[in-house]
Amino acid sequence: MSSAANPAAFNRHGVWAIYKFEMARALRTLFQSVVAPVITTSLYFVVFGAAIGSRMSEVDGVAYGAFIVPGLIMLALFTESISNASFGIYFPKFTGTIYELLSAPVSYLEIVIAYVGAAATKSIVLGLIILATASLFVPIKILHPIWMIAFLVLTATTFSLFGFIIGIWANGFEQLQFIPMLIVTPLTFLGGAFYSIDMLPPAWRTVTLFNPVVYLISGFRWSFYESSDVSVGVSLAMTLGFFVICLAVVGWIFRTGYRLKS
Amino acid sequence: MPPIISISNLTKTYASGHLALKRVDLDIRKGEIFALLGPNGAGKTTLISIVCGIVTPTEGVVLADGHDIARDYRAARSKIGLVPQELTTDAFESVWATVSFSRGLFGRAPNPAYIEKVLRDLSLWEKRKDKIMTLSGGMKRRVLIAKALAHEPEILFLDEPTAGVDVELRRDMWALVRGLRESGVTIILTTHYIDEAEEMADRIGVINKGELIVVEQKIELMKKLGKKQLTLNLLKPLATIPLELSDWRLALKADGHELEYTFHANDERTGIPTLLERLSQLRIGFKDLNTQQSSLEDIFVSLVSDRK
Repeated sequence: MSSAANPAAFNRHGVWAIYKFEMARALRTLFQSVVAPVITTSLYFVVFGAAIGSRMSEVDGVAYGAFIVPGLIMLALFTESISNASFGIYFPKFTGTIYELLSAPVSYLEIVIAYVGAAATKSIVLGLIILATASLFVPIKILHPIWMIAFLVLTATTFSLFGFIIGIWANGFEQLQFIPMLIVTPLTFLGGAFYSIDMLPPAWRTVTLFNPVVYLISGFRWSFYESSDVSVGVSLAMTLGFFVICLAVVGWIFRTGYRLKS
Repeated sequence: MPPIISISNLTKTYASGHLALKRVDLDIRKGEIFALLGPNGAGKTTLISIVCGIVTPTEGVVLADGHDIARDYRAARSKIGLVPQELTTDAFESVWATVSFSRGLFGRAPNPAYIEKVLRDLSLWEKRKDKIMTLSGGMKRRVLIAKALAHEPEILFLDEPTAGVDVELRRDMWALVRGLRESGVTIILTTHYIDEAEEMADRIGVINKGELIVVEQKIELMKKLGKKQLTLNLLKPLATIPLELSDWRLALKADGHELEYTFHANDERTGIPTLLERLSQLRIGFKDLNTQQSSLEDIFVSLVSDRK
């Protein structure tokens, strides 16, 4: 057999193989990956947007139905990024096929790029599908489309990284569900997905400012309507900060082999 | 020729405190079939896992074709293929997809013609479109071998390749391994089936409790440690062994109906002619005789029990 030539500095075939594998998994589970979140979001939309929203006045000069769209997209983006990425790396650990990944000439960075890239791609596509679905219900304007895409990509990548960390940390399927269910969803609901934090009593408004999700949703909503709870610069800084923290944790995981190698 | 794998001073202590490998030194020669033989928990899988990059060593250096497995892991790993012990496969992927995936993962550009050859050689071609979960255990093991070969490795590790495999498939597997060796692949297999090592290997390393007890050419090992036994079925049972026969250190078996003489296969003088002469002088008649050479299994058992 011919021997492998000197391996390249970047294993692009390896990254592509993992990326394709992960995307193929999404296509096999199209219902779970795309249809289910779209239905869930539409239900939120019907309940909060149509049923309740019709009785509500405008928020920050935006019709309530349109106001909640960025929050709904973010909610889907958070949960789907986490579940895609965490499942993607947890499942090989669970079945044992991780042996192949660990024995392959791929660097940790390449593994992260492939898994997180695939998970982020899926949730970005999903976010755009939800946006398209929402535009069927209410008129939506996007004042800063480039910032909108930037927030979308940054948030999807950050939460995919976060999901990747959860997937490596998790020792069972319950733990895989634990953080998304008990931390991310409540923080999102309390993070201004369905209301402006100005609508809260002052004491609660202060408490809310400790919720990182507030900044993510606020920045994203700003790119649509230029209405935000906090300044867009702070939003961007907080999102980037969360991204850097996740990156650092992933770096630490791979340096130490935490829960991957004995 | 420099060894294709060079392991020196390899030690592994797991977080639990379990010392799985103790200062193992081992060189694997290019193109050989090396069998690592040892009971369960001896450290075989740990050794393989370290070389393949799945387990981090506590101490020691491993070179694969001259490349340090830690510092120069890309070059080292791209030369190595691993067939794990457990049947760990994806379930929903097709055979073709999973084997192509492995090739890409190991940094090789797609080569459908090569994948086709691997699948045909492993009698998997007809199954290439099937989902892995629909395959039998034997077929799944072939898929794992195909995955390990997908990137054209020079070194192939087979961890217990025939554990839980039926006799026919075992023969197939052996033929396959020999075929791979013909094509220039160096093969390291672990097994606790001694007949497998005896059948396949050029050299054998015996490992027990994390220590490499002996590394030897199979034939040398058999010669060095192989015992031969001569059994005489006596016409009349003996109550005790006559004093005149004490030189041979005989054993009386089967209620005095059998005399057993143990000697080393490579002894220059077996002492058999003089023993038979002496027997006839003592008028001890026998109706039958047979000799037996100890198998690798016996050698192994004696090696392992000596160390206890």
